[in-house]
Amino acid sequence: MSLLQIRDLAIALPEGADRKFAAQNINFDLDKGEILCIVGESGSGKSMSANAVMGLLPQGVKPVKGTITFDGKSILGLPEKEMLKLRGSRISMIFQEPLSALNPLMRIGAQIAEVFEAHGALNSTERSKRALELLHEVGIPDPDAAIRAYPFQLSGGQRQRVMIAMALALEPDILIADEPTTALDVTTQAQILKLIEDLRRKRGMAVIFITHDFGVVADIADRVIVMQTGEIVETGSADEVLLKPQHPYTRALIDAIPRLTQRREAEAQTRAPILTVEGLTKTFSTGSGSFFGKRRVVKAVQDVSFQLYAGETIGIVGESGSGKSTVGRCIVRLLTPDAGRVMMDGGDLAHMSGSDLRDKRRKLQMIFQDPYSSLNPRARVSRILTEGLIAYGTDRRTAQARARELLELVGLDASAMMRFPHEFSGGQRQRIGIARALALDPKIIIADEAVSALDVSIQAQVLDLLADLKTRLDLSMLFITHDLRVAARICDRIIVMQKGQIVEQGPAGKVLHSPDTAYTQSLLDAIPGQDYERALEQAEAGS
Amino acid sequence: MQHEYGADNLTRFILGRLVKAVFILLAILVFNFLLIHAAPGDPAAVMAGEAGAADEKFLADLRTRFGLDQPLYVQLWIYIKGAVQLDLGFSFRQQMPVADLIADRLPATLLLTGVAFVLSLVLGVIAGVAASARQGSWGDTVISTLALLFYATPLFWVALMASLVFSVWLGWLPGFGYSSIGAGYTGLAHVLDVAKHLILPATTLGLFFTAIYMRMTRASMLEVSRLDFVKTARAKGLRRGVIQRRHILRNALLPVITLAGLQAGQIFGGAILTETVFAWPGIGRLMFEAINQRDYNVILGVFYISAAMVLLFNLITDVVYVIVDPRIRLTT
Amino acid sequence: MRDFWKRFRYNRGAVIGLVILAIVILAAILAPVLFPQSPWKMVQRPFLPPFTQDGLPLGTDALGRDVLSGLAHGAYVSLLVGLVSTIVALAIGVPVGACAGYFAGRVDDALMRFTEFFQTIPSFALAIVLLAIFQPSLTFVIIAIAVVSWPPVARLVRGEVLSLRTREFVEAATLSGLGNTQIILRHILPNALPPIIVLASLMIAQAILLESSLSFLGLGDPNIMSWGYMIGAARTVIRTAWWLSFLPGMAILLTVLALNLIGEGLNDALNPRLTRKSE
Repeated sequence: MSLLQIRDLAIALPEGADRKFAAQNINFDLDKGEILCIVGESGSGKSMSANAVMGLLPQGVKPVKGTITFDGKSILGLPEKEMLKLRGSRISMIFQEPLSALNPLMRIGAQIAEVFEAHGALNSTERSKRALELLHEVGIPDPDAAIRAYPFQLSGGQRQRVMIAMALALEPDILIADEPTTALDVTTQAQILKLIEDLRRKRGMAVIFITHDFGVVADIADRVIVMQTGEIVETGSADEVLLKPQHPYTRALIDAIPRLTQRREAEAQTRAPILTVEGLTKTFSTGSGSFFGKRRVVKAVQDVSFQLYAGETIGIVGESGSGKSTVGRCIVRLLTPDAGRVMMDGGDLAHMSGSDLRDKRRKLQMIFQDPYSSLNPRARVSRILTEGLIAYGTDRRTAQARARELLELVGLDASAMMRFPHEFSGGQRQRIGIARALALDPKIIIADEAVSALDVSIQAQVLDLLADLKTRLDLSMLFITHDLRVAARICDRIIVMQKGQIVEQGPAGKVLHSPDTAYTQSLLDAIPGQDYERALEQAEAGS
Repeated sequence: MQHEYGADNLTRFILGRLVKAVFILLAILVFNFLLIHAAPGDPAAVMAGEAGAADEKFLADLRTRFGLDQPLYVQLWIYIKGAVQLDLGFSFRQQMPVADLIADRLPATLLLTGVAFVLSLVLGVIAGVAASARQGSWGDTVISTLALLFYATPLFWVALMASLVFSVWLGWLPGFGYSSIGAGYTGLAHVLDVAKHLILPATTLGLFFTAIYMRMTRASMLEVSRLDFVKTARAKGLRRGVIQRRHILRNALLPVITLAGLQAGQIFGGAILTETVFAWPGIGRLMFEAINQRDYNVILGVFYISAAMVLLFNLITDVVYVIVDPRIRLTT
Repeated sequence: MRDFWKRFRYNRGAVIGLVILAIVILAAILAPVLFPQSPWKMVQRPFLPPFTQDGLPLGTDALGRDVLSGLAHGAYVSLLVGLVSTIVALAIGVPVGACAGYFAGRVDDALMRFTEFFQTIPSFALAIVLLAIFQPSLTFVIIAIAVVSWPPVARLVRGEVLSLRTREFVEAATLSGLGNTQIILRHILPNALPPIIVLASLMIAQAILLESSLSFLGLGDPNIMSWGYMIGAARTVIRTAWWLSFLPGMAILLTVLALNLIGEGLNDALNPRLTRKSE
């Protein structure tokens, strides 16, 4: 008999939600030592059943049907007192945001020791000793210091390791990991995945791993469940589901994943450079810098130089903190660089101000990351699209007509004009953001993580749209992203940044397949799902 | 990982705050000085107060002492120099230096405000925690409604009604003064006597602030209980009570401490009203008397000293905040 | 708008508050019609208890003045002072906070030091000082209250602006060629408005409390009948005629309570928890 059995589970949403059940008709088993991935897009209800196992559903959401059997005992609807005994000792959980998942006011050691305390295990010296051992085990550098540190003193990856240490403290039978690597950089993600895999092997612990990323699934899953709008659409062994998907939804998801190899070879540049960046430098200083406060200085961008040719797409890639976004913001002068030049049409944007800047900047527009904060929630789409034109002197009627054209261009209906941003989905909002960027007829588009917040199927559509618009409108593009797969799909050339500096630049094919630097190679190695991608390609070539 | 511990940071933080406080006190002196000159009529008459202005010799004295015939900046310099040495002028009406008058009355005010502050903070936090623990329950409704009422009640009126009910009608508690006049209590008996006199003023002064802290604590507890780390705590299998205390309350107290610091000035304002109603011999009562007698030097002096007290309160709450929150202690 | 009203109505307290406030406003408006005589005029023997004589339902005070007439005229003063001083305080606090938050850096430092100064000094004592030194007239009472109550507005607005300023839609507006003024007025302030409205309703309540406290201490306009003055005047006779202190106090309590309740209702209606769809 399997460790965990879920039968016919239905979890109801509170009244007034957009559907009745967060999840329904959920059936699956979990065996000892097995890694089960539950995969789905946002809103698919993929974390609901796992939360139900823990008895930690959000307020107002409750199971209304079915059974959950753990180790031969039914645990759904178990009194809170009994659940407390299971939580943290036999079933434990880690979450997506390692920053907010730890109590900011408590030392790391105390937070780990608390798990033993909750279950009355060990005395207090043994507890701190075990905490230290656990920190060793999850591979934290300098555990002796870490045990006395506060969460804000650790990096995101280190915090997630602490979370794992806490979850492992009492050697649980099941670890539930809810998107544990989504907020992490790709190299850190690879390390955490390896850690979970190792621990599973060493301890024979079962893992329920919830994710939206098929690459991650391919790397660690034994079995896979695919969910869509609250229901399981496909389930099976990892190989079956990933290589021979039966359900059309699964197939669509897999097709939508951008591939590293799926890249056309860039033609040699024949046209003139449209933008030349020379020696761009930007330093941030935090702290008041007054008499009593120490100033902390971060060299966000150091001596960055490159040229963007007309009609070309350059990808700027790097991990968080590499300065890639700062480069973009300095070029459009949302930030003023400390040094360097940004040459366009014979003028230096970095040293312009007032109306000169305003005139030139018109040719440079930006597409932003977060479709939720990039549109003013109190402005109608018509205002969002016409405002720039009107500010540059177009009359209202012409601007309105232009806005309708733009909506059509990005694949939205003209009826969108009179609606507010909250009436649209994430993908639609991103299309509105693109339309806004195009309103002023720019020559260059800077897309800052423009598809990172979108589900993979929407991501593919938006990337296609951008590629299409680029050729139709003869745009040049700087595409800033942390995701090398996305970069592979859309970029002609790639610039790799690390700690504010360019470590490598060159044609996409070269950088992605035979990079010159070890750093780029390490980024490439960390991308999840590469073996899978090869297998998939062989399978496709075979058929 | 960053540097381990930061005792230096704490000292530097406190020093920074002290310097800031000194600047604010200086700014208040400049403000007072400007007020004296902006007031309708002769600055000397303002300094003398209504009683002193009738005395030509006293006025002439003031004019020479404060250099009132000299340029304004010289006058400012003289004024500030005096005030820094705690020379807050002379009350003609009381025939005493203002500084002495205040020094006399200050302990009573500190006792009243201190007790009211601690009382309201403790009660407010306890009530807030209790209400938030059972959001929407019967108990929550009662506590929240009471807080809403106290928050809307004029302080001086509660004081009046309390003295009417508990002192005049029921005769349970003294409604007047600091201690029983002529009783000649000493030692413990004196302490108890003062404590008895303190009950009504401290409670009425504290009510409004209890309501504020309760509302803040409740809102903050509810806010924090939605954060991710509370879910982590639950996933560990910790009991509800432990989560409430160790994880939610500690984090929820941070904004309450900030608020308490910001409200310190309000407590002194409230003390003026409470002391007036209960004839509590503190600087608030002194100010009320000075208003009636148009004794401006005393009014300005009390204003200055109460600002200094508020700065002290602020400093204390800042330090408490830094002790509770490691993020500030270890990084500033 | 309909959603707003629906959410507001859902808060029962807010509706009660609205009803009480409507009565107070009605009393204030109708005072000159119902009680055309000056509230200072002696109409009967002093200390006439309530409900003892027709035409004077709430009796008379120590000088034989009509208590009900005083309350009605006092309502007008309270509301006027509360409303006008809040408007003045907003007129100071919103620009200060918006500039500090938007321009950041040195401008922010300077403006916030200035705000901090006013926030640190004990506000009630400051109001007393201002009114004691300048002659207390209605205008000065309003100015004094506004001067001590703008700092929270500035801090709130600064905080909101600071967080809105780095939102991507504001950056997009910059790239669209909009000027600072347009960005502040069209993109930032409208989004900062809900908390400002809520704060304003609470400020009116606090201003009414402050005005009554000042009048109680004898620092109100001596020519105007206000609730605080009525309590101050009746204080010495509290043992014999407690209702003379009790009634105006209840009037203050109810009005302030009503405004606070409305503030909470506005908060519910204007700031529904932004529930982004989560799994």
